[in-house]
Amino acid sequence: MLQYDIVVIGGGPAGLAAAIEARKNGVKKILIIERDRELGGILQQCIHNGFGLHIFKEELTGPEYAERFIKELITMDIEYKLDTMVLEVSDSKVITAMNATDGILHIQAKAIILAMGCRERTRGAIRIPGTRPAGVMAAGTAQRFVNIEGDMIGKRIVILGSGDIGLIMARRLTLEGADVLAVAELMSYSGGLTRNIVQCLEDFNIPLYLNHTVVNIEGHDRVEAVTIAQVDEKYKPIKGTEKRFECDTLLLSVGLIPENELSKSAGIALDNVTGGPIVNESMETSVEGIFACGNVVHVHDLVDWVTEESRRAGSSAAKYIKGQIQSNCKTIKLKGINGVRYVVPHQIRLDNIEQTVELMMRVDNIYKDIKFVIKSNGEVIKEVKRKHVAPGEMETIKLDLSKFTPGDCDEMYIEIVEKEA
Amino acid sequence: MYDITVIGAGITGTFIARELSRYQLRVLLVDKENDIANGTTKANSAIVHAGYDATEGTLKAKLNVRGNELYEKVCQELHVPFKRIGSLVLAFNQQEVETVQELFERGIKNGVPQMEILDKESVLKLENNLSEEVVGALYAKTGGIVGPWELAIALAENALENGVELLLNSPVTDMKKIAGGYCITAGDRKIESKIIINCAGIHTDDINNMINSPSFEILPNRGEYNLFDKSVGNVVNSVVFRCPSEAGKGVLIMPTVHGNLLVGPTSEYVENKTSVETTFEGLTFINDHTKHTLKEISFQNVITSFTGLRAKTRTQDFIIEESKESQGFFNVAGIDSPGLTAAPAIAEYVIELVKARIENLEIKQDFNPNTRPNIHFMELPDSEKAKLIEKDPRFGRIICRCENITEGEIVDVIKRKAGATTLDGVKRRARPGSGRCQGGFCAPRVMEILAREQGTDVAEVVKDGLGSYILTGKTK
Repeated sequence: MLQYDIVVIGGGPAGLAAAIEARKNGVKKILIIERDRELGGILQQCIHNGFGLHIFKEELTGPEYAERFIKELITMDIEYKLDTMVLEVSDSKVITAMNATDGILHIQAKAIILAMGCRERTRGAIRIPGTRPAGVMAAGTAQRFVNIEGDMIGKRIVILGSGDIGLIMARRLTLEGADVLAVAELMSYSGGLTRNIVQCLEDFNIPLYLNHTVVNIEGHDRVEAVTIAQVDEKYKPIKGTEKRFECDTLLLSVGLIPENELSKSAGIALDNVTGGPIVNESMETSVEGIFACGNVVHVHDLVDWVTEESRRAGSSAAKYIKGQIQSNCKTIKLKGINGVRYVVPHQIRLDNIEQTVELMMRVDNIYKDIKFVIKSNGEVIKEVKRKHVAPGEMETIKLDLSKFTPGDCDEMYIEIVEKEA
Repeated sequence: MYDITVIGAGITGTFIARELSRYQLRVLLVDKENDIANGTTKANSAIVHAGYDATEGTLKAKLNVRGNELYEKVCQELHVPFKRIGSLVLAFNQQEVETVQELFERGIKNGVPQMEILDKESVLKLENNLSEEVVGALYAKTGGIVGPWELAIALAENALENGVELLLNSPVTDMKKIAGGYCITAGDRKIESKIIINCAGIHTDDINNMINSPSFEILPNRGEYNLFDKSVGNVVNSVVFRCPSEAGKGVLIMPTVHGNLLVGPTSEYVENKTSVETTFEGLTFINDHTKHTLKEISFQNVITSFTGLRAKTRTQDFIIEESKESQGFFNVAGIDSPGLTAAPAIAEYVIELVKARIENLEIKQDFNPNTRPNIHFMELPDSEKAKLIEKDPRFGRIICRCENITEGEIVDVIKRKAGATTLDGVKRRARPGSGRCQGGFCAPRVMEILAREQGTDVAEVVKDGLGSYILTGKTK
């Protein structure tokens, strides 16, 4: 059996940042296992710019952002295996993997960092009726075809879902000469970043239909038409509001799901809201010594946040190996309520906090002029004002806990308080 | 001139073709689609019924029970997934308890073995995720599940290995009587054949009417399904029906042979034979049904939905007979449920009819009933896996992340007889793209492999039918 200090599963932005950070913290034997043919993950197919504003203070494309980390990784001599699939992770931190050159691999790790990313929700999960022709495709798959393979996937296109991938692809396909006829969004607001609504739809006169969904797909061999309709407050289509578009393609950008099949095999507890592992301040999962970071934990909207979170996972895993993590200490559970859908981390072990902890959260609707209120034992610990919050934009709050003395209550709540009219 | 032409490469057509390949005959299997099993066979409940449903004395009753008996052997010979997991018909009130009793009695008359009537406690002991409101059930141990298209594909492959010829993408558009037989136009081919066996599924009436006066009518009846992720595949252990009603045999909840959960079907007569769309109403109906039968289920776990068409007739029974007007023209029509179960028995039955028309039918001495098993890499022990990778490194490369399907398996199903030529063809044979991401990651890879193995450009690769192109050109 191979022996490593840390095995990182996934060579996308999360895995790269975690491995580099672990090495910077003195860990020697690190292995990254990547199932694709190159490092960088989905960033490699994101050839648009806007990556790295927070980490590098400049606008990079996805491949450029990935390249900076890949170069650093190589200068650090961190081992990686490409085209290698992890089949199983056990709670005793044994990894089973395979590839064409090594065959079946069994690896014992002292610590594991899960960084498998996420996958796209499919047509089946959102119950789109109609025929099942070619030309119905996940937006990310389309992105791979167009940006990596150089293949076009359609000429007249309707997009369902206004998440960032859908918006980016609306612009990308327009630039490649396709007619993007409409973007339909089930919710009353876009799931994407405001800047992408402006730069990808408004700048190209692509209409966005909020409160709309696809109610029919026509075409036997290839898509021939797509019909959208307005929905009521229960998301049920309203008769008489149908709009039919003759087109050859329907792109689906209807949500991302953290990819946690391996986490399940290791018996890691998952959060129903995020779909990812329940983690603590060190990004450690419910299985000791197995850490997680990036979109496998919760779907981020900026890779910069992924990098920050993953650095924390990398340095924590390093500490864990050196026995510098306290596990028998006062633990505070964090909960989002009243408009806060979730908060990561889910738990904070106070002894492992040097001073501040960064909370990442999403809200359940669009709110204006609100404050986030953090309370413990009925006492307000912190208040943060926000002019505008939306489900499509992740909120982060730095919480100083250096002067915090826990009371009897080991729970902390984060909620939205709306300004009184 | 062919001795026999079988029209339709669905489950009945392929079963019959394979049975015919036991004899010294020149047989052609022809289909309008781009692959085997592309009609009703690819969209049904995949159940091997015990046989208590059909009215006693009908062909359906007789061939169902016999077909069920025959399943083990053929699935062994052809290495097709088949599991006798038993089936339950649930009763939720007194009226349904009576229905269950009637089904039990009918089953006895039809010769169904190993049935019993269970009380609430025993039902919940077998299936602890069912709603507490269940009051009893009919339990039939011989009920089972099968991979329907895997079976049809394997039957076709075995038939081909034993000398049958296959012609795809060739819709039969015309038929004439000629001296000693028939001449049919199939696609751009003219085919002469002494005997015609019409297994054209929902199109059997159209084919019949090309040469005979109309004697039956196929009424397409739509059934919609939801397929769930494997993570909830063990919600039930057996095929769980609700009591039959006017709407059909009752909606069911069952595991598939691959460990997914299948729920459906609806039952609705539709006007045309191309109505294979799913509907908002249909999918909602299935979901509501599921909610009432199970304690709980999350519809977030649905990975795909599909529709199949039942080839129903007014008599509700199978029509398996030689045409009164045309000697040597056999109809195998109205094969709706339990057609899949009955298929092996239908083939037996048809061969007997054919024997009356062909004198001195000679057995083929070198007939081989076995196919080479498909390679299911992930089911092998680690030592076997390692050996296989060493021999062929393509088995070390996972293409489909959800189902863990290797490049080696994909290449194998492309290279086989009656092998895959399309994205869906590969999916039906080796399963890449049938997992929770539905091909989001692996479709470009599978297309690449198909193009490479067939020596074509990736833009030529289609999803299923000839017109189902995936790519529209290169980027600028």
